[in-house]
Amino acid sequence: MTRTEITPSPTVTPRSEEQIAARVKALEAMLIEKGIMTTDAVDRLAEIYENEVGPQLGAKVVAKAWTDPAFRERLLADASAACAELEIGGLQGEDMVVVENTDTVHNTIVCTLCSCYPWPVLGLPPNWYKAPAYRSRIVRQPRAVLREDFGLDVPDSVEIRVWDSSSELRYWVLPQRPADTEGLSEEELAGLVTRDAMIGVGQPLHPGR
Amino acid sequence: MNGVHDLGGTDGLGPVVVEQDEPVWHADWEKVAFALFPTNFVKGHFNVDMFRYGIEQMHPADYLTSPYYEHWVHAVEHYTSRAGVIDPAELDRRTRHYLEHPDEPLPEHEQQPELVTLMEAVVRHGGSARRESPATPKFAVGDRVRVAADHPLEHTRRARYIRGRTGVIESVHDAFIYPDSAGNGRGEDPQPVYTVRFEATELWGPQVAEPNSFVHFDAWEPYLQSA
Repeated sequence: MTRTEITPSPTVTPRSEEQIAARVKALEAMLIEKGIMTTDAVDRLAEIYENEVGPQLGAKVVAKAWTDPAFRERLLADASAACAELEIGGLQGEDMVVVENTDTVHNTIVCTLCSCYPWPVLGLPPNWYKAPAYRSRIVRQPRAVLREDFGLDVPDSVEIRVWDSSSELRYWVLPQRPADTEGLSEEELAGLVTRDAMIGVGQPLHPGR
Repeated sequence: MNGVHDLGGTDGLGPVVVEQDEPVWHADWEKVAFALFPTNFVKGHFNVDMFRYGIEQMHPADYLTSPYYEHWVHAVEHYTSRAGVIDPAELDRRTRHYLEHPDEPLPEHEQQPELVTLMEAVVRHGGSARRESPATPKFAVGDRVRVAADHPLEHTRRARYIRGRTGVIESVHDAFIYPDSAGNGRGEDPQPVYTVRFEATELWGPQVAEPNSFVHFDAWEPYLQSA
C-alpha cells in the first residue's frame, strides 16, 4: 500500500456515548465468539491499571532515588534495569529513560505523534496528556503551557527540555527533592511525589501541604 | 503520512483541560476498548507500529473530536476487518442491535483462564522493540545532523516540525524496530536510534521561540543526514 487510506468520516457530529458503547459492545461480542476476548480478560486488564499499576510505583522509585545515591546513579544509567530491582516494569516501559531535574534544567515529557507514556511507573495517561491541546503546544511554547495551564513558573534562567517520545524509549522525570524533607522516611517521601511531577508539569508536594 | 495526528507545533487547539481526580476509566466501554489492544496484538492482527498507523488513518475530524479510546476501537476495526476476523456489515448490524437493546447481554462464553494469565504476562513483561544492531551507528554524540525533509506517504515517526531541521546528537541508542517498515507491514528492519537535541530557535524561529528551551526527539538513523 503506497497510498494512505483515510476512512470516510462515519459521523457528521461526534458519536454519542451510547453509540460508542454499542459499537464497542458489538465488537466485543464478535471477538468473544471468535475466542479472542473474554469478559474475564477485559475485567482483569481494567483492574490491573485501576488498582495495581499507577503513579504510586513511579513515586516509590523516585523516593528511593532521593535517599539512595547509588540507586539514583543506576536509575539514570538504565531506568528499566533499576526499576526491575523493585519489581517494577513491563508493557510500555521495556526501555525507560529517566531525566533528572536540577537547579538549572527542567524536563517535561510529551508524545506529539500519539500518546506514548511509561505505563509501568505512571499507569495509563490522563486524558489531557493524550489530547491535541497539550501535544501540539508543549513543544512550541513549553513555558507558556506550564505557566498558564499547570500553574508552574519555570524561570528563563532554567533550561527547559521537552522530550518528545517519538521512539519506543519511554521518558519520565526525576523531580528535585523538596526542601525540609531530611527527616522523612522513603515511604513518606513517596507520598510527596505526584504523577504531574514525573511528567514534568508539576513539582512534588511540600511536606505539610 | 502528513496526518492530523502529527500535532507538534499546531496552533489553536485550545488550553489544556485538566480533569481533577480523573478516574482511570470514564466509562465501561473504555475498559473493553483498552483490552482490544493486547488481546488482538497477541493474535498477530497488528504490531504496535501498525496499530498507530491504524489510528492515523481515522478521518481527521473524527481524530480530533472523538474520545481517546475510540481511536483504539478504530485501529482494531481497521485491522480485524482486513484480516477477515470481523465482517464490517455484521459489526454495523450488531451495533444497531445493541443501540436499540442496550441491556442485551454479551454472548455466553467459556472464560479461558489461560487468556487472563497471558494478559497478566503481557502487562508484566511487555516486549522490547530493541534489536541486535545490524551495523555500527553512523553518528556519534555531538554530531550535527539534519532531519531529511522527506514526507513519506505512509506511517513514519518523523514529525513534521523536525523535518529539515538541524540538531545535535545527544545520545546514541541500540537498534530498534523501524516504524517506517514495520508500521507499513514490511518487517522489522532494525535501525539505530538517536536522541537529537533541537534548539527552540531552530524549530520555531528566533522571533517566536521561547528562551533557553530545547526539544529532544528520537530519530531512527535513516531520518538523519550529516549537517
